[in-house]
Formats: sequence, structure tokens, C-alpha cells
Amino acid sequence: MILGASKLAIYLQYPFVQYALIVGVLIALCSSLLGVTLVLKRFSFIGDGLSHVAFGAMSVAAVVGLTNQMLIVLPVTIVCAVLLLRTGSKARLQGDASVAIISVTALAVGYLLMNVFPTSSNVSADVCGTLFGSSSILNLSMAEVWVSIVLSVVTVAVFVVFYNRIFAVTFDENFAKATGVKTDIYNLIIAVIIAVVIVLAMNLVGSLLISALVIFPALSAMRVFKSFLSVTVCSTVLSVSTALIGILASVLLSTPVGPTIVAGEAIVFIAFWIIGAVKGVKKA
Amino acid sequence: MPQLTIKDLSLGYENGAILSHLSFEVNAGDYLAIVGENGSGKSTLMKTLLGLLKPLAGEISFGDSLRKNEIGYLPQQTLVQRDFPASVTEVVLSGCLSNGAFHPFYNKADKARAAANMARMGITELKDRSYRELSGGQQQRVLLARALCATEKILLLDEPVSGLDPKVTMEMYDLIKQLNDEGVTIIMISHDIAAAVRYADHILHLGEKIFFGTVEDYKKSEFGEFFLAKEETV
Repeated sequence: MILGASKLAIYLQYPFVQYALIVGVLIALCSSLLGVTLVLKRFSFIGDGLSHVAFGAMSVAAVVGLTNQMLIVLPVTIVCAVLLLRTGSKARLQGDASVAIISVTALAVGYLLMNVFPTSSNVSADVCGTLFGSSSILNLSMAEVWVSIVLSVVTVAVFVVFYNRIFAVTFDENFAKATGVKTDIYNLIIAVIIAVVIVLAMNLVGSLLISALVIFPALSAMRVFKSFLSVTVCSTVLSVSTALIGILASVLLSTPVGPTIVAGEAIVFIAFWIIGAVKGVKKA
Repeated sequence: MPQLTIKDLSLGYENGAILSHLSFEVNAGDYLAIVGENGSGKSTLMKTLLGLLKPLAGEISFGDSLRKNEIGYLPQQTLVQRDFPASVTEVVLSGCLSNGAFHPFYNKADKARAAANMARMGITELKDRSYRELSGGQQQRVLLARALCATEKILLLDEPVSGLDPKVTMEMYDLIKQLNDEGVTIIMISHDIAAAVRYADHILHLGEKIFFGTVEDYKKSEFGEFFLAKEETV
């Protein structure tokens, strides 16, 4: 125990660990904000689909040889988020089917491109890193840290300013629209925030595990808390603390960051599920 | 001048009109019941009145200082709401969003209005409870309070008693009637023709033939004779 603490103290002096903690906490904060909305609007799967799109875009960026991959990944993901939420709400082409098509295509094309135009000698390790996050959170450059900070601050600010509208659009879109709330704009805002969160979160947990980061805290909080505000606050706290503990644990135990955090989220979910069952809260 | 004038309206979806050449008007303080079989276009008409669907032809005009989007709406319950974590206060307050300029947060006036409407619906003691834990009748009261936050002038109710037990159904009808007596215009979609005739003062009957008029005329019409006679024998 004491050994662990002193080991931790040493690690905490390294800038890369400090960066990882700062960015990890910010990402966890942002990703938990919209979890409630996504779960309740039955959009949980969209986060998953978008992360595959982001993976595809990232391999394109790698093949093209862009140094700043955000330039391609962010816009592509935002466009897909808008398109997917559109089809989700109108349900003309079945929403889940179109998500599946887009996400598997992006995944396949991404892996194909990385194999046909390899940019490094070990393609499998590259792909594994992008999918599971492995250690990219521990290799952040100063510029990436700043990009994450700015995007996170903007995301949180937008969420706070539009909080009441987002609630209204999530709870009852028809009522909101009928009484003059510009629901299309707020759906667009929700889509853009999701896309930004996913691109940011790729660094932390990799593209396969992002939906866990978005969905788990909200689901855990919904088991126990009853109002929208308390669920939102609780899922934020849960998300930030699991990310923090997960990063520290993975540094100490030399485990991959993303899977460590997600495993932690799963444990928290089970704990909250039991608490909820004991308290007799109506099942969500 | 009528609050709502519907002139020669055709409505439906892109692949075909469900109703055409529909005309009627609603005056301030009216209680209009829209009845008709499933598939006769009741819900489509309501969505069109609310501006959620565009009419295929014809026009809807608002008068008597009623603005578009000033219609309160009591929707049928959706699946999402059944497990939505929201307190009663949060739901009722969300009715206040429609008013005027953009404010990110609710102000004192909004909160006072929400509190007043919760008191009016008799749900003040439920204000911190979770919406998903309430009974069907209580949930309808919460949604009515929310609709009243959006407007005091006109309410559209979509099957307000569906899924409620007989006692709560009676209470709900009485509550709606009471709002109407206080001057709120009511437009109610209903399956229940007997209740529509008892509470409303105007009837719009949709179907192969369309009837619009007062309840007295409706009772004397062929529709009224047919449907009400059938109700009595049940």
C-alpha cells in the first residue's frame, strides 16, 4: 500500500501522467453529460456507430499523412452524427439498420486502408491501439492537451446553456416542437456534441469502448436517482471518478487504460443496480 | 373573431390525403370534441393543428390574439416517458420554455407559474416525486400543468383518459371541464362519444362523412342517432 502510494507520487511528477489525468477527467465529464439523453432517446447505439466512423476517418488521416488528424476526424464524425440522428428521428430507413451499415463500412474501410497503405511496420498494433485506446492517452502532446481542454470547455458550456431545452427535447419532442421550441436545432446541437465527445474519447478508451463511457454512468445513475438534474450530476461524478481511478490504476498496475476504466464502469453499474434494487426504485 | 379557423384543409402524409376539404372554427371558450374511428385522421388533424405536420392544402389561421405555438398540448404517453428520470417540477417547468426570447434558465416568473399550475391541478405535494413513479391519472395532471404553463388560451388533448380507470377518468373529465369553465378553450380527441356529448359543446366527427356543429345538432343528426343509440345498448 505504502509502496503503491510512493510509486504513485513518483508517477504523478511526470508530465505525461499529468496530461493523461487532465484530459481523462475532461473527457469523462463531457461524455457523461449526454449519456442520459442518448439512453432515453434510444440512441445508445449511435455512439457505437459513430466511434467506428471516427476510426475509419482516422485511418484515412493516417494514410494521407496528416499530422493533425482532428482536421479530418472531427468534421467527418460530426456530419455522420447529424445524418444518423436525422434517420433515427424520421425512421424512414430503419435507424438501427443505417447505423449498422455506416459503422461496419467505416470499420472495414479503415482497416483495409491501413493494411493496403501501411504507415508503420506493425499495423496490427496500430489498429489495436486505435480500437482499444491502449496507451494513446499516455502519449499526448501539449497541442492535443490544449485541443481537448478547449473542446471540453465548449461542450460543457453548450450543454449548460441549453440544458433546459435538451431536457424538453428528450422528454417530449412533439410537445416542445408544438410549443415553439426549435427542436431541429437542439437535435443538431446534441448530434454535434456527441460527435465531439466521441472524437475526444478515442484517445482515452479507443473507438470500440466509447459507448461504455457514454452509456454506463447514465445507466448507473438512473438506477438510483429520480430527477433529471440529479441523474445528470450523479453520472458526471461517477464518470469522472471512475476515469480518474482507472487511469491511476492502469499506471500502477501497467494495464491498458481504456479497458481498465470500462471494467470500473461495469463494476459501478452492478453496484448501483444492486443499490437501486434494494431501494426499490422502479426499474428503468 | 374565432381563435382558430380551419378552411378547406386537406391533410395526411406524402402518399395520400387522409382527410380533405375540412372546414371548422373554434371560438374562445369552446369545448370541441373530435371523435371518429381509428384511422379517420384524428391524430393527423391534431398534429397538423400543432404545426408538427404541414397541411397538404387549405389553411389554418389563428385569430383573437392567439399566436401559432400558443397551443398547449396534452400528448398521449410515449414509451420514453415511462422510464424517464424527471421530477414533477422539472416536467411542469419545461412547459415554460415556449415564452418569448431565449433565456438559458427559468426565471422567477416561470417558477411561479409552474407552482401555480401545479396547485391548480392538485399536484403540489407531488412536486419532488419522480414522474415515472406516479399513477396514470397523476401523470396526466402533471402533463396538464405543463400544458397550462405553455398557454392559458387553448389546450389540445389527445385521448386524455386512455388507460385510466373509470373513477380517475371521471375526475379527469371534471378537471378538463373546470378548466373550460375558467375560460380555457379545449379541443379534445376522444374515442368516447358518450363523454364527448356530455362534456363538450361542439363535435367534429371524422369519418366517411364529416359532421361539425353543436352537440344539440349532433344528437339530432344521423351520426348522433346511430352512435348514441349504440352506446345506450352497450
